[in-house]
Amino acid sequence: MTVNQVSVFIENRQGRLGEVLQILKDNDVNILSISLADTTEYGLLRLIVNKPEHAKEVLLAAGFSSMLTEVLIIKVPHVAGSLQNILSEIAKANVSIEYMYGLSVESTDASIVMKTNELERAQEVLKNIHIDTMTEKEIESL
Amino acid sequence: MIFAKEETLSRQEMEKIQLERLKETVNRVYEKVLPYREKMDKIGLKPDDIKSLKDLSRLPFVTKQDLRDNYPFGLFAVPKEDLLRIHASSGTTGKPTVVGYTQGDMDVWTECVSRIACAGGATPKDVAQICFGYGMFTGALGLHYGLENIGATIVPSSTGNSEKQIMYMKDFGTTLLVATPSYALRLAEVAREMGVDPKTDLQVKIGLVGSELLTDAMRDEMHKYWGEDMLVTSNYGMSELMGPGVSGECEYMCGMHINEDFFIPEIINPETGEVLPEGEWGELVITCIKKEALPLIRYRTKDITRLIYEPCKCGRTTVRMENLSGRSDDMLKIRGVNVFPSQIEEVVLSVQGLGPHYEIIVERDGYADKLSVRVELATATDSFKVLENIEKTVRNKLKIMLGLDAKVILESPNTLARFEGKAKRVRDLRKEQK
Repeated sequence: MTVNQVSVFIENRQGRLGEVLQILKDNDVNILSISLADTTEYGLLRLIVNKPEHAKEVLLAAGFSSMLTEVLIIKVPHVAGSLQNILSEIAKANVSIEYMYGLSVESTDASIVMKTNELERAQEVLKNIHIDTMTEKEIESL
Repeated sequence: MIFAKEETLSRQEMEKIQLERLKETVNRVYEKVLPYREKMDKIGLKPDDIKSLKDLSRLPFVTKQDLRDNYPFGLFAVPKEDLLRIHASSGTTGKPTVVGYTQGDMDVWTECVSRIACAGGATPKDVAQICFGYGMFTGALGLHYGLENIGATIVPSSTGNSEKQIMYMKDFGTTLLVATPSYALRLAEVAREMGVDPKTDLQVKIGLVGSELLTDAMRDEMHKYWGEDMLVTSNYGMSELMGPGVSGECEYMCGMHINEDFFIPEIINPETGEVLPEGEWGELVITCIKKEALPLIRYRTKDITRLIYEPCKCGRTTVRMENLSGRSDDMLKIRGVNVFPSQIEEVVLSVQGLGPHYEIIVERDGYADKLSVRVELATATDSFKVLENIEKTVRNKLKIMLGLDAKVILESPNTLARFEGKAKRVRDLRKEQK
């Protein structure tokens, strides 16, 4: 299962990130994971939230360039080497990972958010090695 | 040294030459250049109506637009095979302004630049390093021919490769530098980085600067880095008129002496076109009275200045024009390149993923002008590649259009100011900074 991530363009200016967070707060959007990658001039903020569609809409209305991106949230067992194992399987299938970041929830498993160039093939690989991904429903209920 | 006796004529003698040449030029263009004839016929003016210099103001203006409308050779008064050289300057619509020279024009050009170089202190003993870009731009070759004509040794080093420039200066014993003021200062900066002090380790004592505004602050700055005893003069010209050589400062630095036997200056009110009385500030209009290929009549330079007729302490009697105070339209001069906001707009509008709003910021970075363009994203993306591509596309297109490297700043939608009336899209911070 894939999940919708909210991607937001923000300039590297004091207070810009705060503005985004304020809008989400005002609209009762809960952030489950956040990643901020930047260049010297601007950054891309990536968010896993409980209401992605709504978050995107309110950000757009406030003048932020934002969109939804399909990503995988992979449940990684708390065992040494499990992430390495997942990534090597994905690599074997010739799927490229564009970026990834962690998502932590109170459960026995850790999770990572992953964007790949070929979502379907990545999902197949995960299924074959019995690795679960989170559903939209699970995210909403967190 | 005063190069030519024409620089010291009495007003009466000068006006006699001017009237004779004006009549000849008007006759010739009426006969040979159709757009001119049409302009004159439209207002019922015949060449014979030009009986005194006062009648000059009856002639219609020529603008850069006329040159564009008649691209490339439509305003030329000679057949193409008589041309010895073609130069061009960047134009706002992507189409350049094309100018041409006959042998006679080349001789006049050389004469004019020789005079200006001498007024600026050049002698046959000088080693003149020309740090203007060679090519379609008239600056470098204009100075080249003039300085060569007076017997100076030319080092045609062009622009760029600043470290090598300093090496040439040191090893060849360069005494005279031709550059834009900002590049001259940049070169001093590079020299110091190399452990070369321009004041003591180099012999450059004359600076002939042009193609950019030379403010007093800039001149002080030049003295600070190149030495208090350096004679820094500015000179003026534009390719449409000839290139450099229209006017230049002498050692007294109290305005640029106009080569009046070749160019008749007028000052007009840029709004109404009416000729203003002596001494008033307004737009400079120039009539070329000794050009064969492209004898422009009443060409609107868009430069704001005033004319000073009192004779100068240097002995020259030619009229002087004050150092420019600005442009009558919104053209920007960035690193010696003419930039119109409309050119930048054209680029912004042509790139996918951007909104139509933009802001142009010009500032000084060290001694060079820096151009930044703020643009707004009109698309959403999750990929740095897409963002970098937009930036790169804008930069490349600007480079092609202007020949300048610009910094592109991406902004969120609705970040830039919106205007109800005339948009103010340019922030020129250079004046505030210096």
